[in-house]
Amino acid sequence: MSDSAESPTETQKEEPQPPADDSATSEEKKKIDVLLKAVGDTPIMKTKKWAVDRGRTVQSLAQFISRFLKLDGNEQLFIYVNQSFAPSPDQEVGVLFDCFGSDGKLVLHYCKSQAWG
Amino acid sequence: MADDKDVLRDVWFGRIPTCFTLNQDEVTEREAEPYYLLLPRVSYLTLVTDKVKKHFLKVMRAEDVEEMWFEYEGTPLKWHYPIGVLFDLHASNNVLPWSITVHFKNFPEHDLLHCPSNSVIEAHFMSSIKEADALKHKSQVVNDMQKKDHKQLWMGLQNDKFDQFWAMNRKLMEYPTEEGGFRYIPFRIYQTMSDRPFIQKLFRPTSPEGNAHTLGDLLKEMYPDALTNDGKSPHKGTRWVNTLRHSSYPTAYLSVISFGDGRK
Repeated sequence: MSDSAESPTETQKEEPQPPADDSATSEEKKKIDVLLKAVGDTPIMKTKKWAVDRGRTVQSLAQFISRFLKLDGNEQLFIYVNQSFAPSPDQEVGVLFDCFGSDGKLVLHYCKSQAWG
Repeated sequence: MADDKDVLRDVWFGRIPTCFTLNQDEVTEREAEPYYLLLPRVSYLTLVTDKVKKHFLKVMRAEDVEEMWFEYEGTPLKWHYPIGVLFDLHASNNVLPWSITVHFKNFPEHDLLHCPSNSVIEAHFMSSIKEADALKHKSQVVNDMQKKDHKQLWMGLQNDKFDQFWAMNRKLMEYPTEEGGFRYIPFRIYQTMSDRPFIQKLFRPTSPEGNAHTLGDLLKEMYPDALTNDGKSPHKGTRWVNTLRHSSYPTAYLSVISFGDGRK
């Protein structure tokens, strides 16, 4: 999708960042908090909580996680919401946050193999 | 649901007469005739176009053929949107048949998802069903189903079997009468004048006072600036919601198309 072909250098500045000081948040936040949890034998990330642009796509987030975990290019990464469904790769995380977030964050599970049908 | 059966049938069997033409830059061994097909609104492009592919492959050499994709007037068509959404979004203002261009080269990586097999469509379809049920029932209904029940939904769609699909889907559409509705209404608003995928938010079927929400209420909430107080008619001078179409697709997502281009 539109942000799927970023070069590694370009993406550096767009990478999700650990959340900044919470006091700086405004009503219409551009970024949302995402909690990333590994499933099965997929490696965990040392930093689990990330501030992610609302408009960022699921696909772009999956690519970020793959790079972060240094997965092989041919290894797939599946992302799940509610430990139940895999959102479409072009879905924006902001939409998922609005519909499926709780306690001010969106919990996403990631896995190298299909975890939930 | 029994009372609705005629409506469900009409939605399910809705067809769009379509003319597929091979992109003129494709290398062929002889001229490719256009191919005509009635497309089911509720299905997916890549699921119902095997015949189109076969038709054009007859005049092409195997080495000139890569993944097939579709375009309408310069816009690549996303196979993972229901066909009816694609038509309403891009082409509903034009005469029929819908004229779609078929490509076998230069796959637009930035605009389209790959669709190497029907199992990819099945995974997308089932995920959408699960996502909608997460909104409707906290996933309780879809989780109580067995693998074969999920398969029945998919096979019903794949083979265009209305009864097979609805025998199972009715369970996903039920709710306890004392609760008066789903937890939230699964809906998506697609906008013609926006590059963003769609609007999707939490929306309860009833107001806090217990009144049933209408489509107008939904639009009023999503486009507070564009609508007058009655929530139905577009505000003078704004053209946000000139035309709306809605129908519930097999994934249970109510799809609304918003035309922001001043269409009459």
